[in-house]
Amino acid sequence: MTTVNSETARYIKPSKLLMVRRFLAEMPITAWIGLIVIFINLFVVLTAQWIAPYSETEFPTEVWAPPSAENWLGGDQLGRDMLTRILYGAQTTITIAFIATLLSFTMGIIAGFTAAVVGGFIDTLLSRIVDALMAIPTLILALVVISVLGTEIYVLIGVIAVLDSTRVFRLSRAIAMDVAVMEYVEAARLRGERLWWIMTREVLPNTVMPLIAEFGLRFAFAFLFIASLSFLGLGIQPPLADWGGMVRENASAIIYGIAAPLYPAAAIAALAVGVNLLVDYILARQNRSVAAAFDGV
Amino acid sequence: MSESLLLDMQALRIEARGPDGEPFRIVDDVDLQLKRGEVLGLIGESGAGKSTIGLASMNYARTGCAITGGKIIFDGTDLRTLSEDDVRAMRGVKAAYIAQSAAASFNPVKRLNDQVTEAAVRHNVMGRGDAVKRAQELYGKLDLPDPDNIGRRYPHQVSGGQLQRVMSAMAMTCGPDLLVLDEPTTALDVTTQIEVLATVRDLIRTNNTAALYITHDLAVVAQIADRIMVLQYGKLVEVGETNQILHDPQDPYTKELISARTEEINTKVFTGMPENPVLSIKNVTASYDGKVDVLKSIDVDIGRGETVAIVGESGSGKSTLARVVTGLLPPREGHVDFDGETYSPALKQRTKEQLRKAQMIYQMPDVAMNPRQRVSEIIGRPLTFYFGLTGRERDDAMMKLLEEIDMAPEFADRYPGQLSGGQKQRVCIARALAADPELIICDEVTSALDQVVAAGILKLLDRLQKEKDLAYMFITHDLGIVRNIADRTVVMYQGNVVEQGTTEQIFTPPQKEAYTQKLIASTPEMRTDWLDEVLRERGDLFEIDAEKHVD
Repeated sequence: MTTVNSETARYIKPSKLLMVRRFLAEMPITAWIGLIVIFINLFVVLTAQWIAPYSETEFPTEVWAPPSAENWLGGDQLGRDMLTRILYGAQTTITIAFIATLLSFTMGIIAGFTAAVVGGFIDTLLSRIVDALMAIPTLILALVVISVLGTEIYVLIGVIAVLDSTRVFRLSRAIAMDVAVMEYVEAARLRGERLWWIMTREVLPNTVMPLIAEFGLRFAFAFLFIASLSFLGLGIQPPLADWGGMVRENASAIIYGIAAPLYPAAAIAALAVGVNLLVDYILARQNRSVAAAFDGV
Repeated sequence: MSESLLLDMQALRIEARGPDGEPFRIVDDVDLQLKRGEVLGLIGESGAGKSTIGLASMNYARTGCAITGGKIIFDGTDLRTLSEDDVRAMRGVKAAYIAQSAAASFNPVKRLNDQVTEAAVRHNVMGRGDAVKRAQELYGKLDLPDPDNIGRRYPHQVSGGQLQRVMSAMAMTCGPDLLVLDEPTTALDVTTQIEVLATVRDLIRTNNTAALYITHDLAVVAQIADRIMVLQYGKLVEVGETNQILHDPQDPYTKELISARTEEINTKVFTGMPENPVLSIKNVTASYDGKVDVLKSIDVDIGRGETVAIVGESGSGKSTLARVVTGLLPPREGHVDFDGETYSPALKQRTKEQLRKAQMIYQMPDVAMNPRQRVSEIIGRPLTFYFGLTGRERDDAMMKLLEEIDMAPEFADRYPGQLSGGQKQRVCIARALAADPELIICDEVTSALDQVVAAGILKLLDRLQKEKDLAYMFITHDLGIVRNIADRTVVMYQGNVVEQGTTEQIFTPPQKEAYTQKLIASTPEMRTDWLDEVLRERGDLFEIDAEKHVD
């Protein structure tokens, strides 16, 4: 067999394992903190039932009891153990935020990619619907919808997903536009491939990095949003624990100089900051590789 | 060393950081001497280090690269010992750089004069008034229309060829001792290339400027260089007088480079117009906006096993014709027939079987393949899509295709990023073959490749045509290729077919059409006296151009 003369592949793409190892090796301390915070939260979500010292609805202590050996973070406004409530709260808050974000990404990406790949009237239609949705302040829209449909958890998830998907639509449409003009997409069209195949096989693999980064940000926003809804009394309903609701219920303690509402607030802040620290690193890496690609050798 | 030596690079070494973080040498112990007024051509494939050496003559390395060894003695001083400020003062004044794409190098929101005079004014070589006067003088010398006023225009208001010449004026404003020209005509049409080439050469000669002329086109460098230096993988292969390199190359790589250009690939005998053409383009008129017709009543037939070249400069409608054939652009009038069957104008209404018959290969294999798919998936998909092959059957068919494009089976697991340019284009060919087509549309398939690699691709296409009786619609602006591979040639200009006939008819003088004549005369030939000859003979032939550019 003849070999291809005088040509040698000059760039070998590193393997996946190597990429993961390099990802970790080059990670700055801030990203490590983010990663550790995320892992701790994940651990709590999975094991809250077992590591919580009391049950979610038990009243082992006094109202707003100060921290003690039995109740590390003291009691809440009804005399429940604060630490237990925070651990259980992680479960509800993070799970709902995660499912809502996942759902919003599915909807946003499908709509965004369709708009970018099909173009024309479909693009205009979808984009204008999204514009209309974005024109209404999110919190007010959510308040209206939830007060009409009720405060069931699936309504909550649905509302957050739809509202968030408008942002995801914008992003995925923009990045898919860049890919849709590539000749490999044209080649797939000429082959007669269906829209779904083009979206999932040609476009998605080439847009996955910015989408992951956005997922992290959107996730943080989603649980902040749940927290604000709960704070207004429209989020997760008692007796289920959730961080935003706990801040609201214990808010008046601040007046008496009691730190009770600060603990769930700190949990919200820690996870939001943690996720963003990691996302910042992912985005920075991505920008660097884009810059490197433009520089050439 | 003689005192007239302007640039003397000794054991130059430039390193870049590879994907694994390890440094590798992109220029490896290269020695280069350039006398005042001398033009040295730097030749080699992409990645040979030509541009890197060119920039190093001003002690500049691109981001991610560093000059790590050797001396760069410019006019008696080693630039590597100077401070960054001193080197910066010399750049643009004593040595100037002309980039490949003028369009990308100009700031679109500033007038040409502001940009042309910037270096002179900023470096306090002359005042703005003098600099503008000097620029106007240069515009005149460079044959730009209306030299007194053209500088007030914005970059988009002049043509590509003119912009390239304005850039030459920019480089010459300070009267540099050294010019580095990095593929200054590669992005231009042949007809425009010739003017730029001629004016740049005159300018260098009259000012006694030394120049490094970087290109991968031997025929171009033959017109302008006194000596030629051949590079491969950052190493010096051969250096010598232009005539010696062209006619008596010593190194095997240089020989290969020269023969790639002159080799005859195809010796077909034309057997008459096709009776039952595979593809028949009938009276096609098309436009993008419904107002301006980009194609005007085009009739072209392509027979079984035949190669038809569609030639013309950019904007002539060649690629638009391909879009009409594939159904990406439904024509306003006329229709496209395959095997006597009229195809629906729009892609969506065509059946899978109809789509299968016509496949396409693109100019840039880099963007024609999904970077996230392995070769096996790229070639395998049409097999599954059109023939329903899966599992073992599909793997076998894929291996057979790899064999047909002369690539080893282990390439199946690679991603496009792990392939060289030529290998990528081969995979694209295999993807087209996987559909078992009757017609392959080749859109400038070799223009992004180096000559040796391009020759290999053309040979492969030729062999496949003979084996499978394939028809090729070969879109190109490179007439050198056309002469070697096409049975028939269609010349297009501004959306019209100017002339079509057998390649022999088209290329044998006297040509019937003035445009064809001009196009053929503009294709550089591999001898040093070609440009002089063309310029002597030009006369009426190039009048068309003068009109076109005053707009």
